[in-house]
Amino acid sequence: MVPAIQVEHVVKRYGQVQALAGLSLDIAPGEFFGLLGPNGAGKTTLISILAGLSIATSGRARVMGFDVVEQYRDARLALGVVPQELVFDPFFTVREALEIQSGYFGIRDNRAWIDELLHHLDLGEKAETNMRQLSGGMKRRVLVAQALVHKPPVIVLDEPTAGVDVELRHALWQFIRGLNRDGHTIVLTTHYLEEAEALCGRIAMLKQGEIVANDTTRNLLTRISGCSVKLKLVPHALPAALKPLLAQESEAGFRLALRHYEEVEHVMAALREAGAKVQEMEVQPPDLEDVFVKIMNKN
Amino acid sequence: MTGFYTLFYKEWLRFWKVSVQTVLAPVLTALLFLLVFGHTLRNTLEPYPGVGYSAFLVPGLAMMSVLQNSFANSGSSLMQSKMTGNIVFVLLPPLSPREFFFAYLLAAVARGLICGAGVLVFTVWFVDLRFAHPQWILIFAALGSCIMGVLGIIAGIQSEKIDQLSAFQNFVILPLTFLSGVFYSIHSLPPFWQGLSHLNPFFYMVDGFRYGFFGVGDVSPWVSAAIVAACLLALSWLTLWLIKTGYKLRH
Repeated sequence: MVPAIQVEHVVKRYGQVQALAGLSLDIAPGEFFGLLGPNGAGKTTLISILAGLSIATSGRARVMGFDVVEQYRDARLALGVVPQELVFDPFFTVREALEIQSGYFGIRDNRAWIDELLHHLDLGEKAETNMRQLSGGMKRRVLVAQALVHKPPVIVLDEPTAGVDVELRHALWQFIRGLNRDGHTIVLTTHYLEEAEALCGRIAMLKQGEIVANDTTRNLLTRISGCSVKLKLVPHALPAALKPLLAQESEAGFRLALRHYEEVEHVMAALREAGAKVQEMEVQPPDLEDVFVKIMNKN
Repeated sequence: MTGFYTLFYKEWLRFWKVSVQTVLAPVLTALLFLLVFGHTLRNTLEPYPGVGYSAFLVPGLAMMSVLQNSFANSGSSLMQSKMTGNIVFVLLPPLSPREFFFAYLLAAVARGLICGAGVLVFTVWFVDLRFAHPQWILIFAALGSCIMGVLGIIAGIQSEKIDQLSAFQNFVILPLTFLSGVFYSIHSLPPFWQGLSHLNPFFYMVDGFRYGFFGVGDVSPWVSAAIVAACLLALSWLTLWLIKTGYKLRH
């Protein structure tokens, strides 16, 4: 099967700065794929190369088997990109913007699909409103609609929920999940790790232009991370036997990182032995944030 | 073709929706020039035998409007799109470099020609204008607007900020336009400045355009047309190459 996205040894340099260091990656059709990494890790550069907004210094990238440089027409027809920046054309209404975007993709009469998009993204009432008069959230919805006017099989969302209120975020994810169920491949970058954990079937983590982890979300959570225990002790002093497990300390208490649930027993024993008084205790399941921090620190 | 047509249509709408600013204002500026210069110099100059100064001035002003507005259209549209980031809407779709080039160019030509026609429509009632060779009028209006539309695309691609585009406009386009014989015949200049004027490609556009009205020019319209067409081809090739390589558009 042709991968939805195939990246082979892609290097991107901006002068002396190396944004991508020979990155390779395959994303299968129908995946909900997360691309995580700190600022400057190369996520947006990678997306820009896939979208043809940026040209790789070396290496190849393909969308649905089409080379993004040599077969750019087919590659761009197969790709819908929701950019990170809240950009819009102030001269046009929402409907005009969508009709114009359809035309760029060679679609003459796209009214039925545009109406459907407006309905699903709750933009129906704003169809004839000028882009300038929309709120940030509404503009974000229009950006999503613009990326979908040509019904691309692969959809890339570059931090689509940055600065977006909770209601819109939920509505947006419901819509994107629906698209994924219908067979669209989704590639998502986000700083909200709980969002990636809930949505993505597979996640790649980037650091300094390289992939430092690439696995299913379940594997990442179970293989790399254990659980953690939050403790509030009176007085605020951690027994010496538990200090090697300390992951975080604050006024609210201690957070201990455990490799397995069985280690909870060891913690309890150490507390009893030290005669520590437990005011609050909470065992937390593994989360992506722990995995992320561990992987980033390791590399 | 749908992609090209849509981009052209979008560029057309972009200036037409604010036509008071993009069409009416330049026409008014040209009329003010005619009023001031035409009135103050009408009895002192007769650039060509039998052609009064106001009549001489009108084609020059019309051409100046064509040139400046063609440049402003493609230049400001591209620069603003780059600055605000909405250029991605044009860069993400499968538009070819040629579609991109010709859509911006054609919209620039349209605005330039509408402004030039506007100047003529409003002035033809006040001056004794002849139309000796209409075909040359059309040829030079088209060539002039094309060349400036192309220069606008280059300036728009090159500029990252408003002041860079303004610098191009104020230090290149404006001097070359003013020194191209819009307001005078270069025969009235000392030999050195006459020679220098021949190095200004804008001079050939204005002179050829004016030849279409009066049948008189400083150089043959064929020579002017050849020089302007050669400049246009060279600049178009350069612009297409810039777009193809993604220079300052696709990083």
